[in-house]
Amino acid sequence: MSGLLTIALIILVFVIIYQIAKASEYATILRGEEKINARVNRTMAWLLVVFFLLGLYGIWLCHDALIDKMLPVSASNHGVEYDSMLLVTLIVTGIVFFLTQTILFWFAFRYQSTEKRSSFFYAHNNKLELIWTTIPAIAMACLVAVGLRNWGRMTGAAPSNAAVVEIVGKQFNWIIRYPGKDGVLGKKDFRKINDANNVLGLDWTDKDNLDDVVAQNGELHLVVNKPVSLVIGSRDVIHDVGLAHFRMKMDAVPGITTTMWFTPTITTAKMKEITGNKDFVYEISCDQMCGKGHYSMRGTIIVETQAEYDAWMAKQQTYYASANPPAATPAPAAEGAAQPEQKTDSVKAITMK
Amino acid sequence: MSDVIIQGPNVAHTHDAHADHHGHEHHEQHFITKYIFSQDHKIIAKQFLITGIIWAVIGALMSVFFRLQLGFPDQTFPIMETFLGEWAKGGKLNPEFYYALVTMHGTILVFFVLTAGLSGTFANLLIPLQIGARDMASPFMNMLSYWFFFVASVFMFVSLFVQTGPASGGWTTYPPLSALKEASLGSGIGMDLWLISMALFVVSSLLGGLNYISTILNMRTKGMTMTRMPLTIWALFFTAVLGVLSFPVLLSGFVLLIFDRNFGTSFYLSEIFIGGKALPHVGGSAILYQHLFWFLGHPEVYIIMLPGMGMASEVLSNHSRKPIFGYTAMIISLIGITVLAFLVWAHHMFVTGMSPFLGSVFVLLTLLIAVPSAVKVFNWLTTIWRGNIRFTVPMMFALGFVSLFISGGLTGIFLGNSALDIHLHDTYFVIAHFHIVMGVSAFFGMFAGIYHWFPKMFGRFMNNTLGYIHFFLTFAGAYLIFWPMHYEGIAGMPRRYYDYSAWESFKQFNDLNAFISIAAILVFFAQLLFVVNFFVSIFRGRKMTTKNPWGSPTLEWTTPIKTGHGNWEGDIPEVHRWPYDYKDDGNGNDFIPQTVPLKPGEEAH
Repeated sequence: MSGLLTIALIILVFVIIYQIAKASEYATILRGEEKINARVNRTMAWLLVVFFLLGLYGIWLCHDALIDKMLPVSASNHGVEYDSMLLVTLIVTGIVFFLTQTILFWFAFRYQSTEKRSSFFYAHNNKLELIWTTIPAIAMACLVAVGLRNWGRMTGAAPSNAAVVEIVGKQFNWIIRYPGKDGVLGKKDFRKINDANNVLGLDWTDKDNLDDVVAQNGELHLVVNKPVSLVIGSRDVIHDVGLAHFRMKMDAVPGITTTMWFTPTITTAKMKEITGNKDFVYEISCDQMCGKGHYSMRGTIIVETQAEYDAWMAKQQTYYASANPPAATPAPAAEGAAQPEQKTDSVKAITMK
Repeated sequence: MSDVIIQGPNVAHTHDAHADHHGHEHHEQHFITKYIFSQDHKIIAKQFLITGIIWAVIGALMSVFFRLQLGFPDQTFPIMETFLGEWAKGGKLNPEFYYALVTMHGTILVFFVLTAGLSGTFANLLIPLQIGARDMASPFMNMLSYWFFFVASVFMFVSLFVQTGPASGGWTTYPPLSALKEASLGSGIGMDLWLISMALFVVSSLLGGLNYISTILNMRTKGMTMTRMPLTIWALFFTAVLGVLSFPVLLSGFVLLIFDRNFGTSFYLSEIFIGGKALPHVGGSAILYQHLFWFLGHPEVYIIMLPGMGMASEVLSNHSRKPIFGYTAMIISLIGITVLAFLVWAHHMFVTGMSPFLGSVFVLLTLLIAVPSAVKVFNWLTTIWRGNIRFTVPMMFALGFVSLFISGGLTGIFLGNSALDIHLHDTYFVIAHFHIVMGVSAFFGMFAGIYHWFPKMFGRFMNNTLGYIHFFLTFAGAYLIFWPMHYEGIAGMPRRYYDYSAWESFKQFNDLNAFISIAAILVFFAQLLFVVNFFVSIFRGRKMTTKNPWGSPTLEWTTPIKTGHGNWEGDIPEVHRWPYDYKDDGNGNDFIPQTVPLKPGEEAH
C-alpha cells in the first residue's frame, strides 16, 4: 500500500513539475523572449554561485562527519609510508581541485552575458599551453617518483627473517597454512584436494608437509614487529587478500602463486585501546568478486606478541595428525600417498564451513 | 545512392507539408525504409539515441534496486518482488541476483549507453552534418551497425529473464568465475547470452567505427581541411580509432572464453578444484583474460570520455560566444590521450600478481595521461574566460562536465599510482572515481549534446525549465552520491558487497550507505524528468523558427530546419574558415559561419 502511495506521490510531483515547466515556457513567449532570457541568464549565473558555495559547505560537512572514519590507523611498516604519500597526493590534488573549481565557477559568473559585454577573441597562446603542460608534467613526475620508491619497497623481497604463512581462498572462506617447525611449506597438488581431510591438496609424500598447521576458521595469527610473507593462492576462482589496516592487497589467482609481505606493528589488544572499540579485529576482506558469497568471505588476523603466538601455536595440532587420526593410520606417513587417500572415503563427518 | 541524394530535398519538402504527424500519412513500405531500416545517418542517430535512453532507464533502475539493498540491508521492499519476482522474494534481494544486477548495470551503462548510445548517436548525427557530407561513407554498413546493436540488445535483454539469471561475474567477467558453471548461477546460460550479445556488440561497434573514420577522412566538403573540423569531429574520429583498434582484442578474449566454457580448452583455467572435484584444466592463465579485457577496457574509458570532451568543447565555445582556446593544443591532447590510452591498461591489474616492474612502467604511463587531460581542462577554463556566457541548458551541462571531469580526473592520480592503488584497489574509492569521471561526467557531455542538437534532430526545442531542474538535481545529486564514497574507499570498504553489517571495519558506514541510496534514488527520478522532457518535446516542444538558433558557425546549422535525406538542398556548401570564428561579422552578428569567405585582408585563423 505504502509502495503504491509513494508511486502516486512521485507521479503527482512529476505532473506538477511538468506543468510548471510548461507554464514557464508559455510565459517566456508571452512576455518577450529576450527580456526573459536575460533574466534567466542572471538567475542561472547566481544559482551556479549558490551551488558552488553550498558545495564547499557540503564538502566541509562531509569531511567533518567522516574524517574520523576515513583512514583507520595504519598497523604496518608500509602503512606509515602509505599514509604520508596519501596525504601528499591529497594535498596536491586538493589544491588543484579547489583552484580549478573556483576558477570555473568564478569565470562562469564573472563573464555572464549582458547587453554591454562582447566576448574577447582569444584563440591561442603557446606560452600558456607550454606552462600548463610543463607544470602538471613536473607534478606528475614527483608523484611517480615517490610512488615508485614506495612501490619498490612494498613489492621488493621480504626480509630474510620473515615468517612464511600461506593463505588460500576458496568460495567463500580462507584457509591458512603455517609451515610448522621446519619453516617450510610442503608441496601441494590441486588434484589431491579433498574437502574431508585434505583441503589444500597437500602431498603427504613430502615430509615438509607433516608438520604444517592448517586453520580453516579464517583466523590468521601473526607476531607483532616480525615481518611476514604471505604466500597466496586460490582453489577455485580469483579472490583477493585485502588488508585495510595494513594497506596491502593482493589477488589470489588459481594456478598462480602470489606473495606480499609486511610487518604488523600494532597488536590486536593495543588496537582495541587505540580505537576504543573492544570488538576491534583486523579483517581480511575478499576484494575481488568471487560469486554470491563474496561479501561474506571474511577472515580475521590476530596480531600478538611472540610469547602469545608461541603459546597459541603449541596448542595447534599438525594438519597431518588431525586429518589422519592415529588410530586409523598405523603406518608412518613416509610410506606413500595411497594410504591417506584410502582414508578419504571413511572420514566423512568433518564439518566444513 | 546518387538517386537518393537527388531525391533528398524533395523528400524533405513532402515531409514539411505534414510536419507534425510523423509517418502517419506515409505508405507502410515507406515508413519502414524511412524510420526502421533507414540508411539516413540522422535517423540512425535517433535510433541509437532512443535505444540508448531505454537502456539507460533499465540500467539506472537496476542501480535503484541494488542501492535499496545496500542502503537498507535489514529492510524488505515488496515493490522489488513486483519487479523481480523470485529474485526478490518477500521484498529482499537475493545475493545471487544482486550480483547479476551489479553486472548488468555495468555492462549496460558502459557498453550499451555510453558507447553505442553516445558515439552511436553523435558520430552518426554530427559527422556528415559538420564535415559537409550527404551521408556516411557506407549508409548500408551504418544501418547494419545499428541493427547489430539491436540484436545484441535483444540477446542481453533476453538474458535478464533466463531461469538461472543473467551474467553475474561483474561487468569485467573475469574467469574462472565467469568460465565455470559451478562457480555461480550467472555463469550458466546467462553468461553465454552475455558473450553472444557482446560479440554482436563488437561487430556493431566496428561497422560503425570504420564508417566514421572513412567518412571523416574521405568525405569532407570542399575547403573542409582537417584543421577546419570542429573539435566534436576530431573527438569522434579518435573515439572511432580507439574502438577499431581495441574492440577486436576484446572479441578475441571473448572467443577464448567461449572456448574455455564450452569446448574444454584451458586458455584461462588452471589447477581448479570446484564443485567437489578437481578440473582437468592446467596451464592456462586467468590473468591473460584480464590483459585482453583491459586492452579494450581502458581505451573504452576514453571511447566514453572523448565524445563528451568534443561536445563540451563545442558547447562551451558556442555559448560563451568565443573561440575554443588552443584549438591545436586540444587536437594534440586528443592524440596524446588516444596513444596513451593503449599503453595504460595494466593499471587495472597492479595487484593481480603481475610483475612489480611491469607495474612501475604502467604507473609512469598512466600518470602521463594526466598531462593532456590537464591541458584540456585549462583550455576549457580559458575558453570561458572573458566570454559572453549564455547559460542555456546545454551550457550548464558543459560547465558541469568540466567540474565533474576535474573531480573525477584528480582521483585517477591516486589510483594510477600503484603504491596508493594497493590499498584503494577495488574499494568504493574506485567506484567514486570512475562514476564521476566516465559515468556522470560523460553523461553530462551527452546531455549537453542532446540539449544542444535536439533542435537539429527534431526541429523543436526541449523544455528549458525542466532542463534546468534536471541539471541542478543531477549535478548536486552526483556529488552527494559519489563524494562520500571516497571516504568509504579510503577506509578500505570493498566494492561489490551485498551486505556490510557483519564487518567490524565497514559497518560504521551503514548510515552513510542509506544516505547515498536516498540520493541515488532521487537522481534516478530526476533522470525520468529528462526522459519525459525528451519524448514529449519531440512532438510538443517549442518549434525551431530559424535555421541557426544558437548562432553557431558550423555547417550543421546551414541545413534546412527539417533536414531531409541528403542534408542540403542543392549543392553542399563550401567551407572557407575554421569553425570557431566568433567575431563581429560587420552586420551585428557575433559569429561568422564557416561558409563565409574570408574578407579581403582578413587573416585565416
